[in-house]
Amino acid sequence: MASGQVTKRVKYKTSVKDPGTPGRLLLTMEKLAFRPNNPNSASKLDMEFIYVKNHKYTKEGSNKAPMLNLTSNQGASYIFEFENYSDLQVCKEFVGKALSKPGETPKPADTSQSLSEQPSTEELLLRMNLLRENSELQKLHKRFVRDGVLTDTEFWAARKKLLNGDSGNKSKQRVGLKTVMLSDSKPLIDGRTNKVTFNLTPEIVREIFAEKPAVHQAYLNMVPNKMTDKDFWTKYCRAEYLHHSRNAHAAAAEAAEDEELALFLKPDDILASETRRKIRCVDPTLDMEADQGDDYTHLPDHGIARDGSKEITESQNEPYIRTLLHDLNRHGAVVLEGTAIDEEQLKDTQTVAEALIQSKKGNKIANEEADGNANEEKLNRISKMMEIEDLRGSNDLPLAPLSIKDPRDYFDSQQACALKTSRDAPTGTEALNCSLSAQEAYGSLRDSISQIKVVGLNDPIVTPEVAMKVRSVLTHNITSTKYHLGKNPRESVLDGFPNKIKEDLLHHWMAVEELLRHFWSSYPITTAYLYAKVNRLKDEMSKIDSQLQEMKESVQSDLRNQLTLLIRPMQQALEAAMQHYDADLQKRLAKSGERPNGYV
Amino acid sequence: MKFQIEDVTVYFPYDNIYPEQYSYMIELKRALDAKGHCLLEMPTGTGKTIALLSLITSYSLSKPQSQVKLIYCTRTVHEMEKTLAELKLLHNYQIKHLGPAARILAIGLSSRKNLCVNPTVLAAENRDSVDAACRKLTASWVRAMAAENPNVPTCEFFENYERAASAAVLPPGVYTLQDLRAYGKETGWCPYFLARHMVQFANVVVYSYQYLLDPKVAGIISKEMQKESVVVFDEAHNIDNVCIEALSVSVRTKTLDGASRNLSRITQEIERFKATDAGRLRAEYNRLVEGLAHRGNLGATDTWLANPALPDDILKEAVPGNIRRAEHFLHVLRRLVQYLRGRLDTENVEKESPINFVASLNTHAGIDQKTLKFCYDRLHSLMLTLEITDTDEFLHIQTICDFATLVGTYSRGFSIIIEPFDERMPHIPDPVLQLSCHDASLAIKPVFDRFQSVVITSGTLSPIDLYPRLLNFHPVVSRSFTMSLTRDCICPMVLTRGSDQLPVSTKFDMRSDPGVARNYGKLLVEMVSVVPDGIVCFFVSYSYMDGIINSWNETGVLKDIMQHKLVFIETQDVVETTLALDNYRRACDCGRGAVFFSVARGKVAEGIDFDRHYGRLVIMFGIPFQYTLSKILIARLEYLRDTFQIKEGDFLTFDALRQAAQCVGRVIRSKADYGMMIFADKRYSRHDKRSKLPGWILSHLRDANLNLSTDMALHIAREFLRKMAQPYDKTGSGGRKTLLSQEDLEKMAENGVQEMLY
Repeated sequence: MASGQVTKRVKYKTSVKDPGTPGRLLLTMEKLAFRPNNPNSASKLDMEFIYVKNHKYTKEGSNKAPMLNLTSNQGASYIFEFENYSDLQVCKEFVGKALSKPGETPKPADTSQSLSEQPSTEELLLRMNLLRENSELQKLHKRFVRDGVLTDTEFWAARKKLLNGDSGNKSKQRVGLKTVMLSDSKPLIDGRTNKVTFNLTPEIVREIFAEKPAVHQAYLNMVPNKMTDKDFWTKYCRAEYLHHSRNAHAAAAEAAEDEELALFLKPDDILASETRRKIRCVDPTLDMEADQGDDYTHLPDHGIARDGSKEITESQNEPYIRTLLHDLNRHGAVVLEGTAIDEEQLKDTQTVAEALIQSKKGNKIANEEADGNANEEKLNRISKMMEIEDLRGSNDLPLAPLSIKDPRDYFDSQQACALKTSRDAPTGTEALNCSLSAQEAYGSLRDSISQIKVVGLNDPIVTPEVAMKVRSVLTHNITSTKYHLGKNPRESVLDGFPNKIKEDLLHHWMAVEELLRHFWSSYPITTAYLYAKVNRLKDEMSKIDSQLQEMKESVQSDLRNQLTLLIRPMQQALEAAMQHYDADLQKRLAKSGERPNGYV
Repeated sequence: MKFQIEDVTVYFPYDNIYPEQYSYMIELKRALDAKGHCLLEMPTGTGKTIALLSLITSYSLSKPQSQVKLIYCTRTVHEMEKTLAELKLLHNYQIKHLGPAARILAIGLSSRKNLCVNPTVLAAENRDSVDAACRKLTASWVRAMAAENPNVPTCEFFENYERAASAAVLPPGVYTLQDLRAYGKETGWCPYFLARHMVQFANVVVYSYQYLLDPKVAGIISKEMQKESVVVFDEAHNIDNVCIEALSVSVRTKTLDGASRNLSRITQEIERFKATDAGRLRAEYNRLVEGLAHRGNLGATDTWLANPALPDDILKEAVPGNIRRAEHFLHVLRRLVQYLRGRLDTENVEKESPINFVASLNTHAGIDQKTLKFCYDRLHSLMLTLEITDTDEFLHIQTICDFATLVGTYSRGFSIIIEPFDERMPHIPDPVLQLSCHDASLAIKPVFDRFQSVVITSGTLSPIDLYPRLLNFHPVVSRSFTMSLTRDCICPMVLTRGSDQLPVSTKFDMRSDPGVARNYGKLLVEMVSVVPDGIVCFFVSYSYMDGIINSWNETGVLKDIMQHKLVFIETQDVVETTLALDNYRRACDCGRGAVFFSVARGKVAEGIDFDRHYGRLVIMFGIPFQYTLSKILIARLEYLRDTFQIKEGDFLTFDALRQAAQCVGRVIRSKADYGMMIFADKRYSRHDKRSKLPGWILSHLRDANLNLSTDMALHIAREFLRKMAQPYDKTGSGGRKTLLSQEDLEKMAENGVQEMLY
């Protein structure tokens, strides 16, 4: 521990028999201080290390409580009882260091650092909160800190970001809408009858309402007074179907007969008015609307009319042609706007419709407020955009922190995509096959060789039936994985396992990550403390390694292949760490071996 | 930073400068000194605009007696705003270093629609209705009436402006359109008329091409500009097309019907005036005897789009006797409309030269060439006399008169083409008579004649020797700059095969092949999962884009794309496109990422930048050739071959490739930026096509990237993005510096420029 400060929760005793005052022990390079939890308690203590003459501590493994005994040069003794041995260990080393170099003033850099590292009560509270909110973190904390693999400070030092105040804000960010268009689902046709089926979920309904305010308005007006929920949607789907059939004439004809149906087929008036409002606040550097009429072409029949670059539209049934392009643009706009509707509100269409109104009202007020500021903001942004970045020193644009709801979703889908692409490429397929079969092949080859050594060749080596069976089982496994993987990016391999295994696996994964992070960050080993830490980490790692191995063996054969695939990277990472540890140990031994001979 | 170019101290608002910006300034300075025209090509993403603005403003600052005025022409209003924003940056810098001596007045000028602040006028939908609504409130006779009758509505902004009279001036500064509107609202003065008035005092005027090129507008707006002014056409790669469009008119049945309606309305008006105020018509007759020189004494609000005929002498000529009287003029117009109607009623495509057309018009309708030439001005005069304010109702008759005047004025460089239907839809009769201009030099000639320095500049002017021929002028400086790159921040690729190794192309015979659409879709699906932030795709035409997106939707490709990024599309509706672009930018800003589908030769390709994270990849699907079966294009190609000896094939390839280059060039804004460009068509791998691309793209197009399939392109994209994410030394390593500081420049001045740069 290079930094100059340690804080531990202790009980302060004046003698061994004393029940003790609970509080915190604060150690810096030049002095130690004790702050009781109860601020009224008299047993406050400040003492400089130069006055400490001697220190004793209880040995680990003895059945006594972990205690540190400091004796001052006046003969008074101060006893601190720790919560566990690892705390004692830390303090012991620290005190040892502090005593060995009395009078040496700490560097200024140290003090600043030490200030920030001192866990205030606020920070402690924050830590508690974090542990409470995040069960995974809690599990990790329990596993490592309680078991003494890591100290509390070490654990939190790696998570400074979480402790920054920002973490509170982050949770406020709303979950965005999906990029994919839901409402564009194609109708299902069952081939035998003339029936067409549309599927609507509350989520799709939300999208429809948000993207087509006229439908929303119609729903509010008509349901349930004029027609039932079901009738409404039947009508809507009929309109959609007409639209899908791309038959503008049919649509026009139907609309002429049925005015409610016409409502869905006509262009959206509400949208049009909204567009007018929005176009006023558009960034002037891309306002193409302003160009209209700023040149000769605005006059009818000026400019070149028919050189093939201008397009031709049939204007007859124009209002009934709502293009896909238009829908896509509208969808993008809605997704970017986001929605205030929570997942819980996505129950049935009625609630969705009402919730949307509420959120719209809120938006309107916000919009009016924002409009004033928007202008100035816009100008600022333009002038910033105008600057050529590398000619002038950069001015950092405020970046929103990336907040992914569940990182696993993201990485899984990435992995699935990667798999998919590698499958598409012809070389990729081979590679995958090879890597899988090589392992199996090698295993069976080795087995059969050893068998041959013992038994000698018998004819045939394997009966064809058995071979066929084995092969089909194996390949079935492989192909099924390949088939499932990447078919749906949201579906991960993990979901194929029983819950217990899945959770174990994830937990192990987190644990391995945590251990490795600490392991690699403690290199190069400069202090004895680090050395001890690395030892502890190594022991824990080998424990996990064996646990993983166990898990792999315990699992049923049909899942083993996939599980191996998942576990292998973890084991490889652990192995790499172990190897590094061994190599480092060798080097150290070699060095320390030389020293007594050559230099001391 | 501040440095010396020969005798001019240049104030440049950044701490560093690119070497090519520096040499660009030197060339520009030489052209200004020589008082001649120049043609400069510099790659996009090297800060052309700021280099140009800072040199010219510094030039006029160093020569206060010379009164160099800058007329900066942009293609679009949003580019105008961008330019003014850059100028603002520069102006602030110059004021900081020079104090109030550096104060200049710079304004953007646009139509009433973009400048008006009167809410009742703004409620009108398009430009013409806005103009008419404004005229209804501000025309001199309306105001005269309002003086007597307080119930006649007027525009308070204009009244305030008039009342302030000569006190109504803009204080020095840089005004974007938005600033002008804000200032107008604040002071209560009409921003449109204020800006129009201030144009003659401004040091820098930024407006659209048409204000100089289109004779109808140029006559009013640009007539007061001094000869010493420097005229800049930025993004001028399409200038020839703008020129020919400015002088082309077409007539449809709809136009003729509208014109007939207009004529009967005018007849009624004349009858009314005869009954109430016959003296007015007589006064007009007398004025016309003296010639058309009446325009000088019109109030600002009464001016109208001026005569499309260029020669100045027309103003001094007397109007021919047969159209001086209003009734006679109407008779002439009726005969003209009747004649045109007869010509439209044809079964075959007809092509004719203006001379033949005028001759046959003379024999059949008895209208001679001189009468035709005066039509537009005569109509103008008549409408003023009749005090017609709702000019937007009279657009059709204006079109007819415009046509007549153009036919009467030019005998070469034009042709008249009559088509009974559009070839692409032969079953729908839609006859059209088109007067199409083939010679771009006609429209731009007066500009070259009137101003001593005209600068034509763009990111793509290759081949640079073609433009002087097309526009018929002699530049004193004509140079193409290469880009000095700190790192290979652009990565052009030519994709010839799809993921199934079959060739991809938008060639006519392959266009409808579903395999090509699928391969294009696959390419995009792969790319959206690899490339962060924004991707822009360009298609060869709207109809092709529409078709391919629909087929992607049916095959589920679109869904795959939308798993990764939002999709926005340019449509023919400008408002929707603008909103889509705005949303696209927001999607890129918030990190969700988006794809923008656009059309080469469309409005987006013309002027929207997709720099930085707004565009990390551009895919150009196909080669954007023009529609070669178009009669107008064929006529133009013939003209080019006969007059300039430019081969048809060469011109078509040149035109297609400059569009493609323009599309992909939009991804780079500075050297810190980076982007990939995929040319997805097998024809790009052919040398004759590829070599027409501008040099700065060609120099980065490695031989290994000339013939890729989807998987290889994907691999290169991954590598490239990984490489670009690394930190790098901005000043450039090795012998060549790519970013110069003030000291570097001073050293260069001592040692001679050439040494350092090359």
